Order: sequence, then C-alpha cells, then structure tokens
Amino acid sequence: MPLAAKIAATLIFLAVVFAGVPWLIAISGQWDLYYTLTSVALLSIASAGVWITFYIGRINIGQGAYALIGGYVSAILVSSYGVSFWLTLPIAGLFCAVVSVLIGLPILRLRGVYFAMVTLILTEVVRLTTLALPVTNGARGMVNLPLPGSIQLFGLTLVPDFATLANPRRAFYFLSAGLMVICFAGLYRLVHSRFGRLCQSLQQNEELAASIGVNVAFLRIIAYGLSSLLGGIGGAIFATISQSIYPSSFTVTDSVNFMLNCFLGGLGYVFGPLVGTFVLYFGWDFLFRTGEYQLLIFSTVLIALMLVLPNGLLSLPLLRRARHAPTQPSGKRLIPLEAERPASASVERG
Amino acid sequence: MTAELLVIEGLTRRFGGLIAVDDVSFAVNENEILSVIGPNGAGKSTLFKLIASFLRPTRGEVRFRGERISGLAPHFVARKGVVRTFQETTIFRGMSVRDNVIVAHHLRSRASLAGFYFGSARARQEEEEFGRSADEILAFLGLTPLAGELASNLPHGHLRALGIAIGLATDPKVLLLDEPFAGMNHEETGRAVELVSAVRRRGVTILLVEHDMPAVMKISDRIVVLNFGEKIAEGTPGQIQKDARVIEAYLGSEDDSIGI
Repeated sequence: MPLAAKIAATLIFLAVVFAGVPWLIAISGQWDLYYTLTSVALLSIASAGVWITFYIGRINIGQGAYALIGGYVSAILVSSYGVSFWLTLPIAGLFCAVVSVLIGLPILRLRGVYFAMVTLILTEVVRLTTLALPVTNGARGMVNLPLPGSIQLFGLTLVPDFATLANPRRAFYFLSAGLMVICFAGLYRLVHSRFGRLCQSLQQNEELAASIGVNVAFLRIIAYGLSSLLGGIGGAIFATISQSIYPSSFTVTDSVNFMLNCFLGGLGYVFGPLVGTFVLYFGWDFLFRTGEYQLLIFSTVLIALMLVLPNGLLSLPLLRRARHAPTQPSGKRLIPLEAERPASASVERG
Repeated sequence: MTAELLVIEGLTRRFGGLIAVDDVSFAVNENEILSVIGPNGAGKSTLFKLIASFLRPTRGEVRFRGERISGLAPHFVARKGVVRTFQETTIFRGMSVRDNVIVAHHLRSRASLAGFYFGSARARQEEEEFGRSADEILAFLGLTPLAGELASNLPHGHLRALGIAIGLATDPKVLLLDEPFAGMNHEETGRAVELVSAVRRRGVTILLVEHDMPAVMKISDRIVVLNFGEKIAEGTPGQIQKDARVIEAYLGSEDDSIGI
C-alpha cells in the first residue's frame, strides 16, 4: 500500500473510532453500544498480546491468566491501598510482564502443542490461586471498585474524575479505544522493524536463528513479556469498568477466545486480532437470536472459515485479487504460518 | 600458515547407552577445508552439533583460538565466529531471499533491541550496510535474480546456495557445512564445489560433513574419518584413499564410493 493510502486509511479509522462512533451513538441513542465497543477494544488489546506470541511461533492459550492477574493487581491496589487507578494500569501491566518472565523461562523452551498445553493450564492455575489467596478475597471477588479519579498536572485537570461524569461509559470508550490505537500502532511498528524480523526468524526456524547469532531465549522472553503486559492492561481496565473482579472473570474459554480472535483475523496481519475480536464478538451477539442453536451455528461457521480462509479474514481481499490476476509474482504469495509448515517444525525435535 | 584455529580434544557424547561420538580429537587449521566423512550413523552430525555447541559434550572440549567454546550457548559460539549451516535445507521459508540474508547479518549488529524498535540512527545505518552486504553476497553466489523471491519457492540447488549465503552473512571464521552437496546431480555438485572453494578464498575456514566422496576428495585439504563414533583416520585425500581401516569401514561399497 502506498504511503498516502496508508495515511488516509489511518485517518479514516481514527475518525470513525473517535468521532463517527460517538456521533452515531448520540443520534441513535444506542448507549449500550459504548459498553460493547469498549469490550471489543479491550479484548483486542489482550488478543494483540496473543498475536505477539504467535509471531515468535508459539501458540498461547493462556492470556486469560494475565488478564486476571492484571485485573486483580489493579483492584487490590485501588481498593486496599488507595492507589490511583491510572498508576495501577502500568503497574498491573509490568507485574504481569514480570510474572510471565518467571513462568516463561522454563515453559518457553517447549514448542508447538506442548507449549500450548501448558499455557492452557495457566488460566486455571491463576483462577484457583485467586480463590485461595486471602488478598484476593476468594470466590466473593473484589467488588465496589471506585471509578478512575482525575489526573491533574500543575493544577490543570487533564482527565476528569470519572465519577463526576454524566456518562462514564463514553469516557471508558475513549480510554479503551485510545489504548487500542496506541497498542496497534506499537504492534505495527514492531512488525515493520528489525525487531519484527528477528521475531519472524524465531517463528520460522529457531535453530537457524540461534546459529546466525540471535539470542533465541532472550527474544522469546521479551516477546512473551510484551504479550502478557498487554493482557494485564486489558484485564485491569476491564476490572475497573465492571467495578469488580472475580476468579471467574477470565476463564479458559476467554483464553481460547483470545487465541481464536487472532486465528480468525489472520496470524499474518498486524490488525488481525482487531478484526478477529470485532467479528467474533459481534458475530456471537448477532447469533443470539438463534437461541439454542447459537453455539452450533457459531462453531460451524468458525470451522468453515478456518477451512476456507486459513490465513484469516484479512486474507480475503488478497485472495480475490490473486484470482483476478493469476500472473501475480509468486514472491508476493501469502503463506499460512502454521498450516503449511512441515509437522516436524512445530514439534520438539529429539 | 598452519595455525590451529579450532581444536577438538577428546570429544565424547553419550545418548543413554549409545556413544555417538567417542573420544574424537583433531585440529582444524586456518583457512583449510577439512571434511568429516564416515558411514551412516558414524556420528558426523552429532560431532557438528557438539562443535557448534548445539549439544553439550559428555567429555572433552572444543577450543576456538585457544578459548573453550563447548558449553556456551549456540548464539554465543556463532558470535565468536563458528557458524553452522544445516543438513536439511534450513532457511527462513516465509521471507524473501534477500531478507533471509539481511536477517543473517544480525551477528554484526551493534544496535540494541530498543534501537531496532524505534529505528535509532545506528540501527538505520546498519540496515543500509546489511542491505548492501546482502546484495554483494547474493551476487557472489549468483542469487541476485532471485533476491525478491520467497525462499520457500526456490529450487533445491538454490536453497543450498541460500543456506551458504546465510552462513556467509554472519561473517564467520569457521563455517560448518552439513552435507552441502546432498541430493545434487553431477553438474550441480560441480558448481557447489566451486562455490565452497570460492568461500574459502574469502578467508573462511571450512569444516564439512559430506557423503559425496568424489566431491570430498576433490575439495578437501584434509579428511577425518569417523566410524561408530571413533576417529579411525586423518590425512590428505591421497592418504585416506589408501588407508586400510577406512577401506574396511566402507567394506562392500568402498570401491566406487571412495573412488578406489
């Protein structure tokens, strides 16, 4: 895409998110949509984290664990220690990053399905831990969390106290959408920098990466840490919006959904997790009217999509273009990240 | 001239009850081509992994310029200048040929990870240098016309060349080539032999494992023969062809396979 088109697309996207959506909601009176879209923004941030682990060649089904940890860290600091929510946000993210480094050191040595299995258990481990620890208040969870306070700098109010706002939902929407934009801008930069190329080298062949001098273990930890940081931040905002957090706020199902978002949007695209989250969230809601058949139709459509579009929804326009122009140079051909790789590549070698 | 660049001393590796490499010692001189040969299962690949530190030896050690390198992390050994290429056509399949070579310049990079991310002046300058260097390497190996091609689309012979290009991009002192001629026809092998000699002329010391005996005999300065993990002979191609133990090890097929 030429630069001008990129800038235009970005501006249109920003205009829709920060002006179009609020305007639409104002004239239609669908205030609930704010809550829905806030959720999509936050879930897409956590999914972006999962996408980073995919980017280094690991299937991560444990993002729910970090969202839960992030939520609890923020909730505990706010309610028990009176720390400002705004301060707990980076703390929750960093705490998750540190935890993920400790967990990642041993488990990131595993590859393919083995890593996936271990991460699958993580969410459950964290849930049981929050049930058992006194500081997390067990199954009753943490409730009545205060809304975010104001941010003042030199007497100037940068962000008003959410509790004084007529419509805190809109404020949460702007907060989450803003963070989502920052998150995906950062991700875009990562993929288009040399950092990204190193991650790709890990994804495609760790042994070769090591033999050309890439510190494989270090890079894996960094990527996993970044991934968990995003999970923690997403979870922290979630806890504040719902003003509560329970051990069941994020379950294994959520972890699986974070991964599905990435798959559905496309593992080869930076904005895959964003598109995937949006479609999955609204697709599920849309099917609500089908009642008892909701899950059946939903899963059938998902399976069909993965068969027809193994590279995700974002590969759709490319696919169409490829059909119209069969003479396209093969160098531009898109390859699936997991599907076409030889099986041995994703399984630990002896 | 005959400075010992790489010294392998008493190298042993057990896998459970199996001794894959048994007390092997030899030295690699500066800028020579040394081949390691032996029947299937003789421990050649294990030896390579030990030298590049992808495996830890049970006993013994590898020294590079007098410094012990066995036991270090593989990327650390690569950083010192001992670089391994792979038996299968191991490349970054999803990248273009040029990107494969550029990313392999990582060893020469002095910029930090944050520098990569934010595009610091140094990182950008390196990026340009690596691009130029990659183009030079691709031209040297005759891969320039394929620079933009996706690596997974390359035919077999070119994949080998790309593997060597990746190795060269790391600016190695010692390049470990694992079966560079495997699966090639006579003509391709001739070209590849030329290529390896040309790499040596760049000042790189080459250690290679290979089954193609005529190619080995043609290209090597010296040969080390392994059988059941033990070193049974070492010498010039002429000496190896006459060595009784080597002939015995290859018994049954030795006549054509080592060319006597």
